[in-house]
Amino acid sequence: MTELRLWLHQLRKNPLSVIGVTLILIFAIIAIFAPILAPPPEGHIDPYQIPRDGYSPVPQPPSEEHILGTTQGQYDIYYGVIWGTRSAFQVGLIVMGAILVIGIFLGSIAGYFGGIVDEIIMRVTDVFLAFPALILAMAIVVALGPSLNTVIIALIIVSWPVYARLIRGDILATREEDYVEAARGLGASNFRIITRHVLPNSIYSALVMASLDIGAIVLAAAALSFLGLGAPEGYADWGQLIQFSRNWIVGIPGNPLAYWYTVIIPGLFILFFVLGWNLLGDAFRDILDPRLAKR
Amino acid sequence: MEFRAYIIRRLLLLIPVLFGVSLLIFGILQLFSPVERAFLYVTDPKQFGNIAAIIEKYGLDQPVWVQYGTWINQVFHGNLGWSKVVSQPVTDAIINFLPATLELALFATPLIIFGGIFLGSKAAAHKDKTIDHATRFGAILGWSLPTFWLGLMLLMVFYGFFSGLLPPERLSIGASIVVHSDAFTRYTGLNTIDAILNGNAQVLGDSLRHLVLPVITLTVVNLALIMRLMRSSMLESLGKGYILTARAKGLDENTVVNKHARRNALIPVLTVSGFIFAAIVNGVVITETIFNYKGLGWWAWQSAVNLDIPSVLGFALFNAVLFVFTNLAVDLYYSRIDPRVRLGGRMQ
Repeated sequence: MTELRLWLHQLRKNPLSVIGVTLILIFAIIAIFAPILAPPPEGHIDPYQIPRDGYSPVPQPPSEEHILGTTQGQYDIYYGVIWGTRSAFQVGLIVMGAILVIGIFLGSIAGYFGGIVDEIIMRVTDVFLAFPALILAMAIVVALGPSLNTVIIALIIVSWPVYARLIRGDILATREEDYVEAARGLGASNFRIITRHVLPNSIYSALVMASLDIGAIVLAAAALSFLGLGAPEGYADWGQLIQFSRNWIVGIPGNPLAYWYTVIIPGLFILFFVLGWNLLGDAFRDILDPRLAKR
Repeated sequence: MEFRAYIIRRLLLLIPVLFGVSLLIFGILQLFSPVERAFLYVTDPKQFGNIAAIIEKYGLDQPVWVQYGTWINQVFHGNLGWSKVVSQPVTDAIINFLPATLELALFATPLIIFGGIFLGSKAAAHKDKTIDHATRFGAILGWSLPTFWLGLMLLMVFYGFFSGLLPPERLSIGASIVVHSDAFTRYTGLNTIDAILNGNAQVLGDSLRHLVLPVITLTVVNLALIMRLMRSSMLESLGKGYILTARAKGLDENTVVNKHARRNALIPVLTVSGFIFAAIVNGVVITETIFNYKGLGWWAWQSAVNLDIPSVLGFALFNAVLFVFTNLAVDLYYSRIDPRVRLGGRMQ
């Protein structure tokens, strides 16, 4: 309890981390209350499908009916960014959860047992790390057929090796500690030693990196969506909204920024979401690693 | 002698990695039907009429290990299949598109590395001053920016207010005609360098104008990374005993910062240069897509949205091999300047 209070104190000391926490809280509220903030119209089956108001290819500026305007094909931007917040949390948290589970599992096996198991797992991570991440993710998405689920799968496949290696490295160091030796001497099972003694003491750097990486994962998913390799057309997804705006960066004569709302609004949502996670991750790192905080 | 042993060990370690890379690509391929996979062995559009013959010839209905043998043999002979997006063999497409991307990287990489090192060490030397806060804020904002959004905003502003000043694509029509005429020798395929070699100021100016926005887009995000890293590494280095010694013996602050602190602070930055390579490759796909800049990234995007399997996998394979060798070069250079790496004994 006192530890938690110390954390909160340190968190409050740094104005940037307060901004980060606030941003993430705001987005969490938007995601939770999406059905109230942007209620799906009557008889709408899939709430993640953005409702359309006609089929005109020309975006319409903000109006009373569509407070943030519409994209090409008359998808409501307000509805899209609100429900897109849910998609962003889903992608970020599902991918990160899966990576951590895989990374912790393989990383601790490799680090704790060493030898041939370690060698095999590490050579496999070498292979995945030999690819620039987005390129491999692109290839996997193309192979499995573009959709939001394949984007999630692809991002999990390309990101777990970093975590497996990180956790393995920390476990190698923890394994040699006296208290692990003591537990072994008392006859504790390998499973118990790993889960009760080694992991809790070697997982911090992975957790810090995870909080810093959620933003990067959402960015990568948005990038794939922007490239046209993400969710199907009309799905509430920030990257896709920006893809819709691609044809409308040229305004009309006399008003060069006529369609600004199609580009700027979804972009700001991505920017602030990622910024929030990055600031939060920074704060996390400072708290968990006092050596760095002093700098 | 010891360094040579290290090189040999590293080269041997490449073999399992490259073998694994080929297995992974081949594994992805197995998700497709033999008819789709037949495109990997096509070298000439005439062959499309007779896919069954290709399946027969390359044994695409044979057991997996036989197929792997045929496939890897083809890869070693430089045949990666047919790119339907640009109607030429994948290998030719890579060779043809490479110069455009190299040109982009040629301008962006020094900006990222030297800009990041310069700003990062400036920030560290003036810790908690205005310049430090400004660069820190810039770094965290830049690191959170979606590259594709930044590019679109730049295009929007430059289309809207400075029409035609910094256009998308690689060359304007006029300059393109000059470049493809007989009077213009294409030594390298890099327009700026060819223009200088040909002494053609028009082409040089035109290609530079087309490069400005893509280079900015590619630079900002990665610059932020190097800047952050350099700042913290520089702060650590400035806290060392030898800095105190240097100051105590009366050296001026510039020498202390630039000579003593910065050189040691560069080592961690060097270790991420492999990562920067990957970041540039990732960024190139997005940047070239936004600016319709016809290089490798643009081609990869076109292939991906058209579900052109041989091109996407060929591109991935090409990048993986390049990345593996880049990392090797970085590690070798690193162990050269910091012998502790070799003596440590561990390979990772």
